Amino acid sequence: MTDPAAPVVEMRGISIEFPGVKALDGVDFRMFPGEVHSLMGENGAGKSTLIKALTGVYGIDAGTITLSGEHVSFSGPAQAQAAGISTVYQEVNLLPNLSVAENIMLGREPRRLGAIDWRAMRRRSAELLGGLNLDIDPGSLLGDHSLAVQQLIAIARAIDVNAKVLILDEPTSSLDTDEVAELFRVIRSLKEQGVAILFVSHFLDQVYEICDRLTVLRNGKLVGEYLVEELLRIDLVQKMIGKELTVLDDLEQRARSVVVDESDAATFVNASKLGRRGGIQPADLPIAAGEVVGLAGLLGSGRTEFARLLGGIDRADTGELTIRGKATKLRTPRQAISHRIAFSSENRRDEGIVGDLTVRDNIVLALQADRGWFRPIPKKRQDELTQSYIQTLNIRPANPDALVRNLSGGNQQKVLLARWLAIAPRLLILDEPTRGIDIGAKAEIQKLVFTLAENGMSVLFISAELEEVLRLSHRVVVLRDRRVVADLENDGLTVDALLALIADGSVEADAAELADAAELAPVTASVTSVAPADAAASAPQPPTDPASGGRA
Amino acid sequence: MTKLLDAPQRPARSGGPAGPAQRQGLARSIRSLLTSPKYGPVIVTAVLFVAVFVIGGVRYRGFFSGQVFLNLLVDNSYLIVLAVGMTFVILTGGIDLSVGAVVALSGMIAASLLQSGWSPGVVIPLILVLTSVLGLLVGLMIHVFKVQPFIATLAAMFLARGLCYVISQNSISITDETFVQLAVARIPLGGGMSITPSVIIAVVVVAVAVWVLHATRFGRTVYAIGGGEQSGLLMGLPVARTKVLVYVISGFCSGLAGVLFTFYTLSGYPLTAIGTELDAIAAVVIGGTLLTGGYGFVLGSVLGVLVLGVIQTIITFEGTLSSWWTKIFIGALLLVFIILQKVLTARRR
Amino acid sequence: MNVLARVVAHRLFWPVVMLLVLFAINLIAFPGFFTVSVRDGHLFGSLIDILRNGAPTLIIAVGMTLVIATRGIDLSVGAIAAISGAVACSIILGSPTPGSLATVAVAVSVALLISLVLGVWNGFLVAVLGIQPIIATLILMTAGRGVAMLITEGQILTVNSPPFKFLGSGFWFGVPIAVIIAAVVFGLAALITRRTALGMFIESVGINPEASRQAGVRARGLLFAVYTFCAFCAAIAGLILTANTAAADANNTGLFIELDAILAVVIGGTSLAGGRYSLLGTLVGALVIQTLVTTVYTVGIPPIATMVFKAAVVTVVCLLQSPTTAEAFSGFRRRLALRAGKGVAAS
Repeated sequence: MTDPAAPVVEMRGISIEFPGVKALDGVDFRMFPGEVHSLMGENGAGKSTLIKALTGVYGIDAGTITLSGEHVSFSGPAQAQAAGISTVYQEVNLLPNLSVAENIMLGREPRRLGAIDWRAMRRRSAELLGGLNLDIDPGSLLGDHSLAVQQLIAIARAIDVNAKVLILDEPTSSLDTDEVAELFRVIRSLKEQGVAILFVSHFLDQVYEICDRLTVLRNGKLVGEYLVEELLRIDLVQKMIGKELTVLDDLEQRARSVVVDESDAATFVNASKLGRRGGIQPADLPIAAGEVVGLAGLLGSGRTEFARLLGGIDRADTGELTIRGKATKLRTPRQAISHRIAFSSENRRDEGIVGDLTVRDNIVLALQADRGWFRPIPKKRQDELTQSYIQTLNIRPANPDALVRNLSGGNQQKVLLARWLAIAPRLLILDEPTRGIDIGAKAEIQKLVFTLAENGMSVLFISAELEEVLRLSHRVVVLRDRRVVADLENDGLTVDALLALIADGSVEADAAELADAAELAPVTASVTSVAPADAAASAPQPPTDPASGGRA
Repeated sequence: MTKLLDAPQRPARSGGPAGPAQRQGLARSIRSLLTSPKYGPVIVTAVLFVAVFVIGGVRYRGFFSGQVFLNLLVDNSYLIVLAVGMTFVILTGGIDLSVGAVVALSGMIAASLLQSGWSPGVVIPLILVLTSVLGLLVGLMIHVFKVQPFIATLAAMFLARGLCYVISQNSISITDETFVQLAVARIPLGGGMSITPSVIIAVVVVAVAVWVLHATRFGRTVYAIGGGEQSGLLMGLPVARTKVLVYVISGFCSGLAGVLFTFYTLSGYPLTAIGTELDAIAAVVIGGTLLTGGYGFVLGSVLGVLVLGVIQTIITFEGTLSSWWTKIFIGALLLVFIILQKVLTARRR
Repeated sequence: MNVLARVVAHRLFWPVVMLLVLFAINLIAFPGFFTVSVRDGHLFGSLIDILRNGAPTLIIAVGMTLVIATRGIDLSVGAIAAISGAVACSIILGSPTPGSLATVAVAVSVALLISLVLGVWNGFLVAVLGIQPIIATLILMTAGRGVAMLITEGQILTVNSPPFKFLGSGFWFGVPIAVIIAAVVFGLAALITRRTALGMFIESVGINPEASRQAGVRARGLLFAVYTFCAFCAAIAGLILTANTAAADANNTGLFIELDAILAVVIGGTSLAGGRYSLLGTLVGALVIQTLVTTVYTVGIPPIATMVFKAAVVTVVCLLQSPTTAEAFSGFRRRLALRAGKGVAAS
């Protein structure tokens, strides 16, 4: 047996270089059996590169990897898996066209006489799913299940291999509170069995709740390894971004000083009974010129769905939209744009940037689409536009001809913002503009929202981080279960009050966890970790249908 | 096909009246079967085949007989083998345009070698090895050099067709004893019905393919690649090997189909089997395999071939319809099935 | 060094090299290859032949480039070419005055009009029903030749109409009409897509359709436009091919031309995965294909073996453009640099 005090994984001096980028530069990293370890860092810090080096997806250019005291070098994920390293990736990497059982057992199917033993396979996967309290038919198609269930199936797959090391890359981003609690229960039990778990998450709350130790990376270099209990959150954030957090504080003070000029606050857009089946119940939402309205709610609460109706991305099947006093039906994004309504999607990669086009093309795209193909924007005007946004938004690299796909997440987000600002919108809808980008860019974007509102632009702002919503919004609209449940002036609103509204009656809380959470004053109060806080405010409401989520 | 039995369905809620709930459950599971991208198209194809066959039986005297059905197999055994190979390729999300040309090439090789006195016992294995190697090269080009399947198999098609002309510009007839024997042999099934050895070969190929796809790791990996190559890779599946192998299988099947085709025509001709790749693709699509990969069955493709065959038979029976109507019919059928696939997969999303 | 590296990395580098190699082979086998003479007021020479015979492929390839840039493909162009030839010939044959310019004008217009309908049909399947392009156009590819045969009733229609024949083998100011038509089609396509925002929209839709939709780009209209344009190009090519032989053959007019056209696009460096396209590349690609065919003739290889050479060219071009090869090259260069001990950067 291995000595429990010896690390199960030890990576030394790992360097990986991609054309033009040094993704990892001499990084050391270790994991001990029976502990939950977190890898922290901004986007571009090298977290996923390090994980992919450990799991054999990338080869390393320099350094050594030791697993249970033995030197290893993996030429692919299969080898790493065979050696006991299992991974659950951020995007669920399963196969929608195969059964749940196959997704769990694929590559290790029990066989009899050379043929796959389907019965044994279904039995084994039912056991594994049972261990996760997941009651679904192993023979059903994976594609028929919700994303959250798929995530748990991915974990079932990962723990089946008798993993020594289990890597969970952003496993909670698509889970609701209940499911996160369930996942944590599984993680704890695996930890007791001596598995080393690497837990990567943007949610600091979750990291502080579940992790024992963490390693911080910045710009491909190691910052240090710390015990979670010995590291204050504020210190952690500083180590991650490498600069003081004063930008954010500065902003907060300005937020208080900004007041909507009542005289000019004519309602720019008014949604009345706007709804879409399966997306959002009919709801009202007036937005005044120069007003920042925050949408708060859990993932799946209807916040994105509502915003998409306002942005013309999806068609509403009930209600109407009044723009500057005129009733309008938005059928396409194009119509919205012609009304000067811009919608910036939360899904930057798939619905935002056009990766193979240049920064310039990406910035002028919406404006050009609005003008029509026959009236091209003169080259000179394009260059001026691009140059000015590169400067104001501090887009790096400052090269209009760079392909957008080569930019970092934060810079891609800025390019997107520039695209929407270029059409001079009256209403700017930002769906999670700050997700998955580094704190520096985040602060810049928040600041920008202020400036825009000051200049009379209406902004609809969606974020999973309630603090951010509170900091930026004049008004906060709370959604729950596809319904608008509150519409509040942001006057003395607190995160706790919002949490109570968001979670009201929808979650059963665990008393012990509640106590835990009370001690953790959140730096970034994220809505996905609200389970504990709401219990106090929980009104006696009928429990939600357990069958609806596919879980019992 | 045992999997048909456990299509996803929610258990009926307890407490309610049992009878209607059960009936409702049944109706729902039938509906979910029909609207499933996995089973829906195959079921529709099966129904269509039976319907067309019955219509033929009602309209034409002598149509509704076992021998007419068996003749579908006899006339299309080579196409069945081709469709099997194509199914493997399309399941991974690829496509193989070279199969028609490879059929012609193997016919040419067979005819010319037999003409110069080679023994069939050497010629047939040689053809199978050569076409498998061609498939291997195509597979390597696709996997190692990341050439799109469309282009790589297009190159193979040009190569095979060109080699046909290099061998001979004219038709070479086959007089070899064994080949002639195999061509004319009939295996009686009783009741005056009979099949050819080619049918037996085709049936064996189908049986092996069904087993491989359903019961081996290789087969499941084929489906996995169609479902998401990247995911399969991250799951540690042997994606590279599998992806290359499906083209080897398709090459092998094309070679075998070429041999069966020469049993049928007893000659080699460079211009033969032009457009056969389209028939094979059409059969696979009509048989319910999604062209994006991941869903489909070999037996579905066999059904697809039979549907094409029965249409051809009806046009022959009709007598007044010109042969070009076949093409138009196949086109129309393709359209219907493609729209059906589209509707089914769209509803699931 | 740096300039050289940039030239080698250019997407048109290998296609142009290929073309130059083919020219060189021709020049060795046939020293008069580049000679262009004037006979009867018409230009003559191997280069002119290449241009003239390559015109139909080039015309289709131009349409195909735009289709491919939107992530599409059009397999039905050969069938459309056959249909347009069949339509024109049957109209001319049915007319009492087959030789009159008006008859030919009507025939050509009707053929082109029908091609627009067929293009709209493809566009409908792709843009409205959302069917994968390769499949959507497979339908017309399969059924189209049947339709062409329906029009010609299975016969080869031979017409005797000088104005129609002029379309295929005539000259204007010494230049073959086919070449002029190809130049006009190419020029128009380049002008319309690059001088307006059309090109950017096409690329944008090809790279990320959903992002483009949300940015207000109307992909539906765009797809209709490119498929219709491609069908229109196919019909023009079909008319030239038919006029050249003065006969409409439903089975063989434009047979495999879809493959040649796609090949030209791919050789020209436009990825079949859609996105950025290069019309200039397509021009080079079409020239490579036609020069290859000519080379096979001049060098004295039996013309029937052309297909083997096409296979070789496709393979070579694809392997050269493959990312795997690029990686191998840069790895090799890096190792060389390391061995030299000077640490010369590969880029």
